[in-house]
Amino acid sequence: MKEKKPKKIKKELTIEQKIKRRNFISFTVFGAFAASAFGGWKWLYNSPEEVTGITGGARAPLRRALNKTELFFRRLAFNESHLVKTYPRSMAAKVIRHNTDIGSEGKLPPEKWKLQVKKRSGEVLQISLDEIMALPKTEITYDFKCVEGWDQIQHWAGVKFIDFIEHFKLHDEAKLDYVGMETPDKQYYVGIDMPSALHPQTLLAYQMNDVLLNGNHGQPLRLIIPVKYGIKNLKRIGTITFSNTRPRDYWAEQGYDYYSGL
Amino acid sequence: MLIYWANDEYSITLFGHTFVRFFPDWYYNLLHIPARLAEGMAFHFLFMWFFTLNGILYILYTIISGEWRQLLPQKKSFKEAWLVLLHDLHIRKTAPPQNKYNAAQRIAYTAIIVMGIGSVITGLAIYKPVQFYYLTWICGGYHLARIFHFALTIGYVLFFVIHIVQVILAGWGNFRSVISGFEVINEQPKPVIENTNEGEEAEKD
Repeated sequence: MKEKKPKKIKKELTIEQKIKRRNFISFTVFGAFAASAFGGWKWLYNSPEEVTGITGGARAPLRRALNKTELFFRRLAFNESHLVKTYPRSMAAKVIRHNTDIGSEGKLPPEKWKLQVKKRSGEVLQISLDEIMALPKTEITYDFKCVEGWDQIQHWAGVKFIDFIEHFKLHDEAKLDYVGMETPDKQYYVGIDMPSALHPQTLLAYQMNDVLLNGNHGQPLRLIIPVKYGIKNLKRIGTITFSNTRPRDYWAEQGYDYYSGL
Repeated sequence: MLIYWANDEYSITLFGHTFVRFFPDWYYNLLHIPARLAEGMAFHFLFMWFFTLNGILYILYTIISGEWRQLLPQKKSFKEAWLVLLHDLHIRKTAPPQNKYNAAQRIAYTAIIVMGIGSVITGLAIYKPVQFYYLTWICGGYHLARIFHFALTIGYVLFFVIHIVQVILAGWGNFRSVISGFEVINEQPKPVIENTNEGEEAEKD
């Protein structure tokens, strides 16, 4: 209707008509934008939850966005030579913050524990803490970052994961895309992409502030992976597996990003 | 904002006394949003794209169209903004003469752009502190960058509240001109005259 008017009427529009016309067009466009923004939000807010598989708990479009965003930044910036900032030993917290012990409640003395590493051949290595402690020890003081918003400078010591791979001749396994780690009771589990696992600051840690790990912090061996948020730093490693598909991950099933890298 | 709702990590504490904890319980109850961090992060990492791209397009537009001349504070703006504030609070009767935007608007609208850039930088600094370590360094470290990012978010909320209140106070005519891009001024006797400064192009000679 509005479009045709100028054709029919030969004479100049009056100023009042012009004002009306422009107001009408402007507000129609504005209304259309506002309506589509509102509609888009409604659609997103009410969009169905993803089918729970390796990841779960997020709205399907948001999960796609999380994955795409993460990939974008990984391709843009991930570089193994980028190291996590380290601090002087004296800055490390004396009392290390404790958040949860899902899968690592209570104590598990080292003599009652063996690390199980599942090789591609099907062979399962049973490794004691003494064997791990015999490997070259690496220490790190860095800012541990929690996805919930806190961070703390902490001091850890253990064996570099890459040294562990070397020593136990897991080179074939290290060519796969992912490492999976689970607590002995299978209550807590994480999946780590191989480049992050092989990062030179990734440790299988057995000491915190020079003391062997206690019950609260993943006795006897835990993962310290500074290029990831705390949720990926599994306490009390029971088994280690390798695969080309994403291993299951406790928090990714509950709506968090699978990669959770820094 | 949902991001800050899992753990009350931030507070304003002076000399050991906590004045405000972000966020107080009544706030969670009011909005029915207890501990939905994962959901908040998922929204955040989608909407950050819209905000960032929108910001970039807006800055490009103001540069290309020359509108930035109307928006950047001038030397006198800082002094005048105070007078505008007094006027808006009904303490002073007259406001200083202005062009399209008054001095306070110039400062506010430029500040919000600086804040936006700050949010993108601090955001990247805490999103990938290892890969973008140089940004984290610029922001004074991870912990500080996180606090800046949070403070900026609170800043937007304050900006938004003041902005909306001002739009309501300015009335319908002002709002209409914001949407349509021209202003209608009723001159003394009767005739309705369309402002000659109509549209964006007309203003630049």
